[in-house]
Amino acid sequence: MKAITANALQDGAVVYLGDDDQWTPHLSSAARFEDGDAKDVLAAACSRIEEITEAYLISVDDSGAIIGRETIRETIRKGGPTVRLDLGLQAESCG
Amino acid sequence: MKLLKLSNGRISPALEASLQEVSLSEWRENPTAHADATALVISNDASLVDIAQDISGFDVIILEFPQFKDGRAYSQARLLRERLSYTGEIRARGGVLRDQLLFMTRCGFNAFEFDDVGAAEEALREFTFAYQPAADSAAPIWRQRLAHARAA
Amino acid sequence: MYRYDEFDATMVAERAAQFRGQVARRLSGELSEDEFKPLRLMNGLYLQLHAYMLRVAIPYGTFSSRQMRRLAHAARKYDKGYGHFTTRQNIQYNWPALVDVPDLLDDLAEVEMHAIQTSGNCIRNVTSDQYAGAAADEVEDPRPWCEIIRQWSTFHPEFSFLPRKFKIAVTASDNDRAAVRVHDIGLRLHKNEAGETGFEVIVGGGLGRTPYVGHTIRDFLPKEHLLSYLEAVLRVYNLEGRRDNMYKARIKILVNAEGADHFREMVEEEWAQVNQPGIDLPREEVDRIHDYFEAPAFETLPANSTTLEERRATNREFARWLRVNTVAHKAPGYAIVNISLKPIGGIPGDISDTQMEAVADLAEQFSFDEIRATHEQNLVLPHIRKDDLYGVWAALKAAGLATANIGLVSDIIACPGLDYCTLANTRSIPIAQRISERLADLDEQEALGELKVKISGCINACGHHHVGHIGILGVDKKGEEFYQVTLGGSAAEDASIGEIVGRGLSSGDVVDAVEKLVEFYKKERKDGERFLDVYRRLGADPFKEALYEAA
Repeated sequence: MKAITANALQDGAVVYLGDDDQWTPHLSSAARFEDGDAKDVLAAACSRIEEITEAYLISVDDSGAIIGRETIRETIRKGGPTVRLDLGLQAESCG
Repeated sequence: MKLLKLSNGRISPALEASLQEVSLSEWRENPTAHADATALVISNDASLVDIAQDISGFDVIILEFPQFKDGRAYSQARLLRERLSYTGEIRARGGVLRDQLLFMTRCGFNAFEFDDVGAAEEALREFTFAYQPAADSAAPIWRQRLAHARAA
Repeated sequence: MYRYDEFDATMVAERAAQFRGQVARRLSGELSEDEFKPLRLMNGLYLQLHAYMLRVAIPYGTFSSRQMRRLAHAARKYDKGYGHFTTRQNIQYNWPALVDVPDLLDDLAEVEMHAIQTSGNCIRNVTSDQYAGAAADEVEDPRPWCEIIRQWSTFHPEFSFLPRKFKIAVTASDNDRAAVRVHDIGLRLHKNEAGETGFEVIVGGGLGRTPYVGHTIRDFLPKEHLLSYLEAVLRVYNLEGRRDNMYKARIKILVNAEGADHFREMVEEEWAQVNQPGIDLPREEVDRIHDYFEAPAFETLPANSTTLEERRATNREFARWLRVNTVAHKAPGYAIVNISLKPIGGIPGDISDTQMEAVADLAEQFSFDEIRATHEQNLVLPHIRKDDLYGVWAALKAAGLATANIGLVSDIIACPGLDYCTLANTRSIPIAQRISERLADLDEQEALGELKVKISGCINACGHHHVGHIGILGVDKKGEEFYQVTLGGSAAEDASIGEIVGRGLSSGDVVDAVEKLVEFYKKERKDGERFLDVYRRLGADPFKEALYEAA
């Protein structure tokens, strides 16, 4: 399955397209799409140029966990730099 | 597509007179067949060595930006102005964006296939000075510094 | 130091205003991302994995206490309390919001700083020797010429949409600390037989996918013709450089496709026709710029300091720092101090806002207000009285900035890698951290001598791995991080490109590999030989064996 990710235009923060069609910083709230449908949803998301930039698809499993070749990259995007655990979303979940 | 022209430092929309365009290679192949041509289109990979005779009869030369980031025509325009002393119109075609107009005018372009005259006016006003000489009349900053120092 | 006059100040202020307008047009949706991207890049603004990244220029690595304090302020106000010094003597902020960048640039403009041409396919921020104006071994200060290049290249109308980025470095010493042989253009100031100084012009060096050591196309260019000659090189490149494939678009590909001799002919032919008197600066302007770089008012001091010698004799840690981190100064009684931004286990090049302020205070009090950034991601206080060295060391130590490892195995260059960068295939910083932790013992490191380890997280080679004595390149293998080792590179006057020694290693194994290579070197070295010397003497094979035999 796929989820849609992007960076928020105003501050560059990592966001995911949620079930409510709004952007969320939490992958756990991201909508999941069948591979066949994802392209169309992505095309619609890409047109929201006043909200986000650089939208693309990532692979997730049924539970919403990141899978595939880009797992390391997407895990780092989701949480923050592995060398600064005090920064990024990972810092909030620890604190 | 609108045409803007720069004259005496002012940019304004121009009526697009119908031009008979001919490419440099067509022209070189058979000039007599293109005797009524009024504009020479020079592709941005064409060499300007030995071109003096080809351009002598044209009042309009069109230089191309296949993409805005392909900047070869900036050098071509300067060569036409500074080395070949061409004084006619040099028109920019293709990837012509607002934020490139100032660079283009500094390199010797004076006509632009570009829609928005308001944006163009604004873009050309953004910088008061220039550090280096180019094909325009702007005195580089170092020249102005010298003038100040000598006046003082 | 150069100071802006009304012209420079207007230029930078108008640039900040222009960028504010561009950001506003992007935020309103008037500009698409495709249209905005080249505009923001020309102003050093990238989009990284987690956020935007702003790269601020420190022209030829020279800046003042006031500027450093403003950088600290920007780190606090617009970022997360730190900055990152890069291999091009710039500083990067990893977290600014797009909406804040115009304000950030206004704050910088007030102290004569900007982000102009820190990215994009244009002439980038010019780099130089971090010891310029202080080094005992330079023929003259190269920075006036750097400033002349900075002004000429700023918003150059013809060369702002080149086939690819373009980097110029200048040195004035036979000991090349500016890596001039691996730049698009490297300039080496030297004296000819008549005793005049001029430039050796080296073209077509570079790292990236296709590393090359540059070719000398002019042994001696009279200084006054520098700009017209550069203009000729750039014009040939702008017209003839490849644009069909971004990986073959750098000038090094053109130079090597044409052959250095033919490329030289092309440049000389163009140079003969450019308007030299119009482009080359008149003597008065050259002199005016040189005046800004007049040496500070050094005191007349004895060559040696007795207070220093007493401290050296009684404090072993200080003595080590003196040996490793300080360098001979041209003025008697002074020394050049290197500040390592490579604490053991730390992130190469990172510095906190409070550390920035500590450095600014020291520079103001002890170093004629001058600071330098180095291409090896460290800082320099260029003019410290020997009598003051102990106090400076103590203050640096208190700020966590006194690691005595300049040029040693833990003074590692590493790109940001996959922890920050969208282009990276693998992480770089954690490898640097673990190598420096593994080989942490400073006595051991000093005994190993000069050993340059450089790590890149992808083939773009921002971590300069090709020119590391030991280079490490991260590669992605089916979603796993692997690291390839190269040996025998150098970015100095003996420049060479390292050779790949074998299959990729896992992130754990690559740290072991460095240790094995070091052990092998210790076994094989003869008196005074550096790691690089032993590699050059023995060749790759025995090192390969040492690396892979028991693996």
